Amino acid sequence: MSATTIAYFPQLKREARAEWVFRRLTIASAALVLILLAGVLAALCYGGWPALKAFKFGFLTREIWNPVTDQFGALAALYGTVVTSAIAMLIAVPLAFGIAVFLTETCPLWLRGPIASGIELLAAVPSIVFGIWGLFVLAPVLQHSVQPWLIDTFGDLPWIGKLFRGPPYGIGLTTAGLVLAIMVLPFITSVMREVFLATPRSLKEAAYGLGATQWEVIWNVVLPNSRAGIIGGIMLGLGRALGETMAVTFVVGNAHRISTSLLAPGTTISASIANEFTEAVGTLYTSSLIALGLLLFVLTFTIIAAARLLLLQIERRGARI
Amino acid sequence: MSNVLSGLMVIAATATLAQAVAGSALADDISGAGATFPYPIYAKWAEAYKQQTGIGLNYQSIGSGGGIKQIEAGTVTFGASDKPLEPADLKQNGLVQWPMIIGGVVPVVNIPGVKPGDLVLDGPTIAAIYMGDISRWNDAAIQKLNPKLALPKLDIAPVYRSDGSGTNFLFTNYLSKVSPGFSQKIGANTSVQWPVGIGAKGNEGVANQTAQTSGAISYVEYAYVKQTGMTYARLLNREGKYVTPDAEAFQAAAANADWAKAEGYFLILTDQSGAESWPITGASFILMHSDSKDAHTAAALKFFDWAYRTGQKMAEDLDYVPLPDKVAKQVEKTWQDSLKVDGKPAWPAK
Repeated sequence: MSATTIAYFPQLKREARAEWVFRRLTIASAALVLILLAGVLAALCYGGWPALKAFKFGFLTREIWNPVTDQFGALAALYGTVVTSAIAMLIAVPLAFGIAVFLTETCPLWLRGPIASGIELLAAVPSIVFGIWGLFVLAPVLQHSVQPWLIDTFGDLPWIGKLFRGPPYGIGLTTAGLVLAIMVLPFITSVMREVFLATPRSLKEAAYGLGATQWEVIWNVVLPNSRAGIIGGIMLGLGRALGETMAVTFVVGNAHRISTSLLAPGTTISASIANEFTEAVGTLYTSSLIALGLLLFVLTFTIIAAARLLLLQIERRGARI
Repeated sequence: MSNVLSGLMVIAATATLAQAVAGSALADDISGAGATFPYPIYAKWAEAYKQQTGIGLNYQSIGSGGGIKQIEAGTVTFGASDKPLEPADLKQNGLVQWPMIIGGVVPVVNIPGVKPGDLVLDGPTIAAIYMGDISRWNDAAIQKLNPKLALPKLDIAPVYRSDGSGTNFLFTNYLSKVSPGFSQKIGANTSVQWPVGIGAKGNEGVANQTAQTSGAISYVEYAYVKQTGMTYARLLNREGKYVTPDAEAFQAAAANADWAKAEGYFLILTDQSGAESWPITGASFILMHSDSKDAHTAAALKFFDWAYRTGQKMAEDLDYVPLPDKVAKQVEKTWQDSLKVDGKPAWPAK
């Protein structure tokens, strides 16, 4: 639109001004998020500084967490966070894939709605409810039937036997992983379902027309088409699993120890903060807990950044074909 | 991103939420913040006091650490802590502290065939269990204390409180006093690094884990034992007497303690002398500024005075142990000597 046109139509000028204000508002909204993010990071760095200064790199590599002697290291919490999230992903990703395939390909139409809403409702359950359910319902079942079986069956095997030893406490890293798996399932499933649905119908019909079976269509047409979306969904779930606090605190066993057994009690970064922050007295103790928060921030950020890079690579490769 | 934040929010939430809520309270209310252990009785007292006088109390149970931070910052009239501050810390921050209410910690077990009160334990044995040195219930050390009890060859599963708490502090403080090994390797605090066992959250988490695990041992607040009928153990106290956890035993420990000699009431009631004293007893403390500008100081002292005088029955109903009269009188003398508002003595309040 040229200057002369505006001069002829004054209302255009008004509209252009409104447009300008609107654009600035959207920029401000986006900037606010970045400012908040920077603010959180700055606050965590500031709060965690005394601990990082005192323990230096040792904060990351030491297993000790002793409020009595003021010696703190984040390794046990870091290990627990990664292991519980890994267990959750190992269970939730294949399950979510199965549900998404069923819902988009094989499920009778009238059943799709109820199942999809059921799974989405699962996402609305508060995490404290998962925690209490995990502690009072799931843990006793695991303790009295599942864990003894795991210990008897796998405990004596070489190598992997180490992962299934020790007394069956009912709660521990595995239980936390299981509860997390249920919690992240709806997120991963929803994303996978959306991207599967987005596969062009013509491609699928062409494949069927060539005589492909349902499995071949899913594996060779739907999956390659939705790779980026699947990774996005997994990362969404992983981000949630890493930061989940309340449910994990109830069932992880809360021990600042690294055990080879997956059945043993452990702790996660967010569970440690939730457990100890309220009663923590002393600069170094509180500062170490805040430094744990910083660590979780960095960990999640790194994983999301890595996922973005991966997506970028996939897109580039896709463009070449 | 909200996932990342939710993990971190815990940090901010405890502090800011409490502040926001405290700020929104009525200006006439007394405000306090801190320990969670005495919260039920403070809330009950506050309700009754409000009915009688119209003056409300807004107590935020955000934890002892939070309570200490808030009173240091001067955002509340009083802070509450399960762990007394050391005299040097009090002096440095211009604070005065005194005991308000007493509670006890009781060891509980889950051994097939063992009923409440059957089992007897002593401090060094419990310390050895929590250090991993004793790992079976039929260990000679436990059998020696219980010659008539048939103890099974069952692994001991130690359960501890994972959230920082006054209960943890009293328990570890007692074990540190009676076992040099425990004091050296683990020590006393609201959270410690346990070498063995599993951590459960809150009294209810500990109780549940103990009930679920055959061979478990743990420790919970007395009120919890009484209300749920858990299998408690009796303890051998300092004088070599067997004591059963009940209100009399806790009060005996508080009455036998030499408060007069303890500077700033820095006295932890564990392992006190006296034939009837329960060894894991402790007081919950109130903290106030010695030279305050807070207009609610006098109102708060009046409330505490009322609680000492007329709140005893309510405390007993909730299975807390009121402070012995002798000690309460001494506390009020301390108010007179060391509390000031705007430079004038704050007690007796008009």
